[in-house]
Amino acid sequence: MPNSSSSAQAPRPIPPKGVNEPLHAGAEDQSSSAARPDSADGDVLARAQAGDHHAFAQLYALHKRRIYSLCLRMVGNVAEAEDLTQEAFLQLHRKIATFRGDSAFSTWLHRLAINVVLMQLRKKGLSLISLDEAMEPAPEEGPSRSFGAPDLTLTGAIDRLALERAVADLPAGYRLIFILHDVEGFEHNEIASMLDCSIGNSKSQLHKARLKLRDALRAQKRPEERP
Amino acid sequence: MTGDPGKMTCAEFQAQLPELVGSGEDAAAHPHLMDCDRCRALLADLETIAEAARQLFPSVEPPDEVWAHIESAIKREGK
Repeated sequence: MPNSSSSAQAPRPIPPKGVNEPLHAGAEDQSSSAARPDSADGDVLARAQAGDHHAFAQLYALHKRRIYSLCLRMVGNVAEAEDLTQEAFLQLHRKIATFRGDSAFSTWLHRLAINVVLMQLRKKGLSLISLDEAMEPAPEEGPSRSFGAPDLTLTGAIDRLALERAVADLPAGYRLIFILHDVEGFEHNEIASMLDCSIGNSKSQLHKARLKLRDALRAQKRPEERP
Repeated sequence: MTGDPGKMTCAEFQAQLPELVGSGEDAAAHPHLMDCDRCRALLADLETIAEAARQLFPSVEPPDEVWAHIESAIKREGK
């Protein structure tokens, strides 16, 4: 359980580009836009801000799936994701009165949850993310490492489960950048702001993450392709 | 490094790739790729991975205990 007294930074109103926006929220909001959190939030949100516990429970029901899924993607561990979801909603409970509607509530909450996860990762010693090292490729990670036989390309559909396994096996820093950019849809400038690194480092780290995923997927594919 | 993009080595091209891809330029139109199967395959793979990422990790429900813990913590904080 993360320290619930920790003070996650108030989320900034930078909206995620949201390639996964349809993942919005819980079972209650999967079927139609009318049931999406932001359209349902207005009255419930106002009541929760006024201290109505039942309304806060409704907000949880609307957003739990999206926030839990985000945490799970970012840390790759069920128990940790549960703790982080708990912490994110506790932070929400403490800060909800400060939400002024500068951005969509779901965006604000999404950002709050990311900050909670980042704080936890920092506590665990993930130096975000040894990013400087990314600018100094180790000899074994240099560009030549990517030279492969053209016949071992990944063209065509990638097996989703294989890719998810490969992502789970990435070092934490690479996984974080990959999830934020390629899965969650944040731009490099947003990631740089969140992780306090340069935009160039974000691009470089993402590139390395994709290269590692390519290596992992090719390694899986290789035995199938060779007689 | 050579000044002519079409005469880049693979190492030079791949060193530029993070910026090229990250800046949203059409990396596939880079002159180096006209004659380089390996780098073309590399770029195609990276684009395939990025595209596939959008379908990853379907959302899942947290267990009910999470809400129970949140409620307990809120009550504790309210005392």
